Amino acid sequence: MKVGILALQGDVGEHARVLADLGADPIEVRAPEELAGIDALVLPGGESTTMSMLLESSGLFDPIADRLAGGMPAFGTCAGMILLATEVLDGRRDQRCFGAIELSVRRNAFGRQVDSFESDLDVSDVVGGPMRAVFIRAPVVALAGEGVDVLATVAVGGAPTPVVCRQGSVLVAAFHPELAGDWRLHELFLSNVGSGGDGPAR
Amino acid sequence: MNERGNGPRSGSPTGQASDDSRVTATSRVKRGLAEMLRGGVIMDVVDAEQAKVAEGAGAVSVMALERVPADIRRHGGVARMSDPALVQAIQGAVTIPVMAKARIGHFVEAQILEALGVDYVDESEVLTPADEAHHVDKWAFSVPFVCGATNLGEALRRISEGAALIRSKGEAGTGNVVEAVRHLRSILGDIRRVTQADSAELYGWAKQLQAPVALVQEIAETGRLPVPLFCAGGLATPADAALVMQLGAEAVFVGSGIFKSSDPSRRARAIVEATTHYRRPDILAEVSRDLGEPMMGSEIDGLEVRLSERGW
Repeated sequence: MKVGILALQGDVGEHARVLADLGADPIEVRAPEELAGIDALVLPGGESTTMSMLLESSGLFDPIADRLAGGMPAFGTCAGMILLATEVLDGRRDQRCFGAIELSVRRNAFGRQVDSFESDLDVSDVVGGPMRAVFIRAPVVALAGEGVDVLATVAVGGAPTPVVCRQGSVLVAAFHPELAGDWRLHELFLSNVGSGGDGPAR
Repeated sequence: MNERGNGPRSGSPTGQASDDSRVTATSRVKRGLAEMLRGGVIMDVVDAEQAKVAEGAGAVSVMALERVPADIRRHGGVARMSDPALVQAIQGAVTIPVMAKARIGHFVEAQILEALGVDYVDESEVLTPADEAHHVDKWAFSVPFVCGATNLGEALRRISEGAALIRSKGEAGTGNVVEAVRHLRSILGDIRRVTQADSAELYGWAKQLQAPVALVQEIAETGRLPVPLFCAGGLATPADAALVMQLGAEAVFVGSGIFKSSDPSRRARAIVEATTHYRRPDILAEVSRDLGEPMMGSEIDGLEVRLSERGW
């Protein structure tokens, strides 16, 4: 299967290596014509404000939004999660998101880079023990809609806060499975691509 | 390595939340931020106003410094870490990561920048070195470091000291990309040659590069540096950014090239587009149109001070 990776900016190469390892055919997407023929899309980690701007200037925003509305499976990590959400609580005013999963997200929720961390994380639907999760200036979910499955949480100020969520064929993680050598979330995502990803995501 | 717990201030974890295993400042966490900056542009800024312009133009990060390299060249004197008030004003003005420069070997400037919560410390040859033999022991810090290099041996020495990101030095403040190209070609060319060496020859390479053999062996195996490789020093145009990206840089730093040009916002935006679409000459032609005057460039042979010769 052909899996697009939004390649405007961010850790595109790491996702490409994981997808290739898992037998998918990764396609870097920087222009609208590169969306043709892809079965699913990965939105990588990076700087969401930069990607948001480049989505507009490249003409990619609307065609990706159309594909997502048509049910194309998508997997967003960190900045990719922000882009797939419905609302960014502290983004730039001109920052647009796809609204493919009913989430309000807050950027840099754990603080600055010195507060970035890794930890073990139990994720529902991921079998075989906890995942090693690398959080880099990570966002969190401030509010999840009713149709959203929360697959994992971490404590923020003592309160469990969602960091892995799924709605329909859209999967998001606040951390970077592509950096930790654990491909199980990518496998979970790809298992959904094989089954068609038909029907609207919402 | 300095690893410390980072639990919540209050309350006890419930449900699946567990903080027991949280560790900060691992190599993976430090290098991870650099991975996220790939394909992006990090811009030198001297105040909050410039930082906002950079963020608005699509910068992935800003580098806070007191004077851009072109002004350091012109005015001379000792160039030091920025005033903390300036760093904090820039941190308050933008939501993207903020880097700041410390002098080579000046571990106290680095401690101060860490205390300010900067996201990366650049142990930089652009500032006047504080130690003529030693770089900072970067493993002793939680904050990640970026360091300049002119060749593979220098890059590996910095990585062995704990650098989480390497950039070419280029020749900062000149608007002349030739040195950055030389350094990139040297680093990437030697990486290619190391991958061709047999296991016995790797010891010879380690000796020649004056670098730890374990790192040389790692490069022979993976074909790349263990940390990302960005390009800096003398980039002034969208075409310069695309050139170094095509040569194999993973992101670019632009210093004087933006705010010493006639239309910084427009040029910054164009360089961001060029860094993303670096293999598309049609887009490069479009974004390069009508940018106004680039910064005045300098011939390398006419320079009084070669910043790239600083560092050991």
